[in-house]
Amino acid sequence: MVKVLGTRSIYSTRNLWSGFLCGLGLVAFIDETVFHQLLHWHHFYDRSTTDIGLVSDGFFHAFSWFATVGGFFLLADLRRRNAFWQTRWWGGVLLGTGGFQLYDGTIQHKVMRIHEIRYVENVLVYDLIWNAIALVLLIAGIIVTIRTGKKAKAELSQ
Amino acid sequence: MNMDHVHEQAARSLMGPAPQLILALPFVCALILYVWAVIHSNRRYKKWPLYRTVSWSAGIFLAVAAVAGPIAKMAHHDFKVHMLGHLFLGMLAPLLMALAAPMTLTLRTLSRDKARMLTRLLKSSPFRVLSDPFFASILNIGGLWLLYTTPLYSAMHENMLLHIFIHLHVFLAGYLFTISLIYFDPIPHRTSHLYRAIVLLIALAAHGILSKVIYASPPEGVPVNQAEAGSMLMYYGGDAIDLIIIFILCLQWYKAARPKPAIIHL
Repeated sequence: MVKVLGTRSIYSTRNLWSGFLCGLGLVAFIDETVFHQLLHWHHFYDRSTTDIGLVSDGFFHAFSWFATVGGFFLLADLRRRNAFWQTRWWGGVLLGTGGFQLYDGTIQHKVMRIHEIRYVENVLVYDLIWNAIALVLLIAGIIVTIRTGKKAKAELSQ
Repeated sequence: MNMDHVHEQAARSLMGPAPQLILALPFVCALILYVWAVIHSNRRYKKWPLYRTVSWSAGIFLAVAAVAGPIAKMAHHDFKVHMLGHLFLGMLAPLLMALAAPMTLTLRTLSRDKARMLTRLLKSSPFRVLSDPFFASILNIGGLWLLYTTPLYSAMHENMLLHIFIHLHVFLAGYLFTISLIYFDPIPHRTSHLYRAIVLLIALAAHGILSKVIYASPPEGVPVNQAEAGSMLMYYGGDAIDLIIIFILCLQWYKAARPKPAIIHL
């Protein structure tokens, strides 16, 4: 038991990364399937998109695509090393989902004007709900990450 | 009216048998050589895996379909079909052909001296530059940017030599790109998984950005609705094929990074 606890603390950063990447991939996947393809709320391209918006969108799309696969391979790696730490991993997932959603909802939608959440008059309501959810996820992620981080330090100093 | 006529004539000569034959012939030769090498080397070594021959043939089939026959013909008029052809020629065919490990097959078919000469050649510094994923990405994705954001695209439909050169480039750059990222053949100049992951990420992003640039401002002579359909096919089709490359790259990392059976001090 002690040995397993020690291993997970040695790999605490990898647990966080794995969860973060999986979370990022998950939220991008939901964004693409639910909001683009099923609901058709998001548009593929909006004429008012800034140049930097196109670049940001391209990189985030590519990164989330990579993150999904890479995150799960990291998870498999942690499992074969007996180093998987569920709580810390979920902390990473919350950080990834909340972080991406907040960036998407504020910078990408509003500043870079990639597209709106939905093309309706009262889009402000959508923006508020979208970003509030993002903040809650992100804050929860930060709390879990700090807590498990302290635990990892304590385990390693034993 | 006169311009239209000139354009029609140029398009007709491009759709004639000559460019189709010139572009398809190297691929057909590659298929014959591959099958011959499999049969020949199977006499001396253990049996060459069947899936590799199947993969090579499928790759050749897709590449030929992109440069000759009905898809190639329709691609002259319809940008969406053009894009489908490019997905085949520049991404899917190179991936399938890389999976077939042609260099391994070549080395086991050649005599020992010739195989050594080939290996020495591959180890030389020009090949270090050529097989660097960053260089390969610039050739591949940079070439696409040049094609779709300059008058090159419309010029390609007027000039037969340009047409042949660009199609060969799309395939060769796509193949180089693929083998610089995932290793099925012996590669003398290996780079780290992290470096390849970062380069693949940038290339993927540049591909996605270009798709949307095409959507926003279509290449010369491409109608808006065709540009939009082609752009989305490029975006999502590219994603699907890149997903396979990402998966293989991660799998190769996973295998390389397996914990060594050593004594662990805790």
